[in-house]
Amino acid sequence: MKVKKMDENLKEEIAGLDRVGFDIKGETERSGSFLVADDKTTESESKEENLVVMPLSFAVEVYDWVNELRFSLVDREKDEYTKEVASRKELLGSFIYVKEGAKIEAPFQSCFFLHCQGFRQVLHNIIVLEPNSELNIITGCATGNLVSVSSHIAVTEMFVRKGAHLTYTMIHDWGSKAVVYPRAAIDVEHGGIFTSNYIALTQVKEIQSNPVAYLSDNASAKFNSIIYGRDGSFFDMGAMGILKGENASCEIVSRVASKNSKLILRAYIEGNGKNTRGHTECNGLLLDDRSSVTAIPELKANNIDTELSHEASIGKIAGEKLNYLMSRGLDEETARALLIRGFLEKGIEGLPESLKKKVDKLIEIAASSESL
Amino acid sequence: MSDSKDKDVLLEVKNLTVEVAGKRLLRGVDMIVKEGETHVVFGPNGSGKTTLVNVIMGLPDYKVVDGDILFRGDSILEWNLTERAKSGIGLAFQHPPVVEGVSLGVLLKTIIPDKKTSEEIAKNAHMEDYLEREVNVGFSGGERKKDELLQLLAQAPQLVMFDEPDSGVDVDSIKLMVDIMRKLLQKNTPIRERKNSGIIVTHSGVILEEIHADRGYVLVNGRLVCSGPPLDIFDQVKNHGFERCIKEAYESEKDG
Repeated sequence: MKVKKMDENLKEEIAGLDRVGFDIKGETERSGSFLVADDKTTESESKEENLVVMPLSFAVEVYDWVNELRFSLVDREKDEYTKEVASRKELLGSFIYVKEGAKIEAPFQSCFFLHCQGFRQVLHNIIVLEPNSELNIITGCATGNLVSVSSHIAVTEMFVRKGAHLTYTMIHDWGSKAVVYPRAAIDVEHGGIFTSNYIALTQVKEIQSNPVAYLSDNASAKFNSIIYGRDGSFFDMGAMGILKGENASCEIVSRVASKNSKLILRAYIEGNGKNTRGHTECNGLLLDDRSSVTAIPELKANNIDTELSHEASIGKIAGEKLNYLMSRGLDEETARALLIRGFLEKGIEGLPESLKKKVDKLIEIAASSESL
Repeated sequence: MSDSKDKDVLLEVKNLTVEVAGKRLLRGVDMIVKEGETHVVFGPNGSGKTTLVNVIMGLPDYKVVDGDILFRGDSILEWNLTERAKSGIGLAFQHPPVVEGVSLGVLLKTIIPDKKTSEEIAKNAHMEDYLEREVNVGFSGGERKKDELLQLLAQAPQLVMFDEPDSGVDVDSIKLMVDIMRKLLQKNTPIRERKNSGIIVTHSGVILEEIHADRGYVLVNGRLVCSGPPLDIFDQVKNHGFERCIKEAYESEKDG
């Protein structure tokens, strides 16, 4: 359903959202779309019988159980941002619901877009995958040509029921005028799988996010992040895995490059259940003296049968590699760009096949716009 | 010996004296390489062979304390790596680094933007299967050497330097390596038309049985000694080791 009509300027900006994986032209196979520009839901569509997509404001009317899910994973009192979401009288955000056993093959696309100057976008999203269902979501977040600071605040609660499989990919392209505070939590039931892919290769004024996955028996979660902080960006990104049930596992892997930016990478894994496993890994590349990368891994074992590990490395571009490429006739700028691209592309290995090409292209563009 | 009397000098190394962190690695090296010539530098480990080609290539961290390097008559001491490579100097590294995340195909495309050409080059070198692989990641010693030659084919330098091209290469691969080296050195082109020159650094010299060279030297303790026809030098090294040359170097050090 087309919910509201768009003005021409916005239409043009939305046409360019392909850069964050949102294809408005319908050239890529998608199972459905959801698009919010500022406070207007302009797309809300499902092409699959077993995939229900609607604004959350509709969903709480249609299904009596949806309201109970709100703030059942994220504490409404957690911080000023969750409080702000809770205090909003009008609900803005998506409800995505996959029925039991349905395996939705084509990715579902959603996008949260900041269009107006100084706008404060406050969202609440609920995603529910019933037992043994599967869904692959690509969420793109971007801004238009903002000249003043705008905000994006979102609570997202995801419910991955028994044996269900949710892949949640987020591509951010916020720009220098956006401050962003997503608050997400995921409940992964028995045997469920949750995979998060986070890709941010452009500027953001400030982003702070630390989603938490609660994992029951045999459930697993993997958080992959590829971040290229540039030109005065501040990223404070993390992920948490709470291994509640037996045989639950969690992996948090980040690959980040920082150019005149501050990056903090947090990873927290808590092993409570028997035979649980957790691993965190962070590789950081520092591109100048004005940058910093802080890796903060934290492991907590509450069970004698939990196995937790972490590794982290932060360094600069190796002179030996730079010289090697320059000896083939590449100028220093091209050689550096190639090495940054290579470093970030190592992070693609963990991504689903359908996404690799897209992210590969994004990295190529981001790295080639590198200047010394 | 090739008929290169009328040929132009491509590289002239004059009294080259080089230090790294205060340690002298080359002591007054002189060398003239004309267009179309191939020179071979023998020497025991640690004698300065790699230093010589690295300094000509322009790798940083070496301090030239005396002497000069002329390429086509111009001093290149102030030129950086890129400038030297672009002007036609190339080096097959002895121990090339791994370049994670960068596929050989992408690197070749960056060296020569014409994709068709880079694929053709890889095909001719029987390395088209390597295009998707990350540069030198998980490569065997021999694969790294082949990869070096492949990159040089893309770069197409006029002065081609090979640092231990045959070490760690299995017998089956040697033939392919030799073919590519011959191509880089235009060995199949008549001598009069041959423009490309080479410097081969080796401690074994086996490769000389396959690639004709014009002049050989032994480098000992940073000095070029025992110069002459490469096969004679090779025979001497094979039969007597580097001992005689070391003695000669020692004598000249005492005199000078």
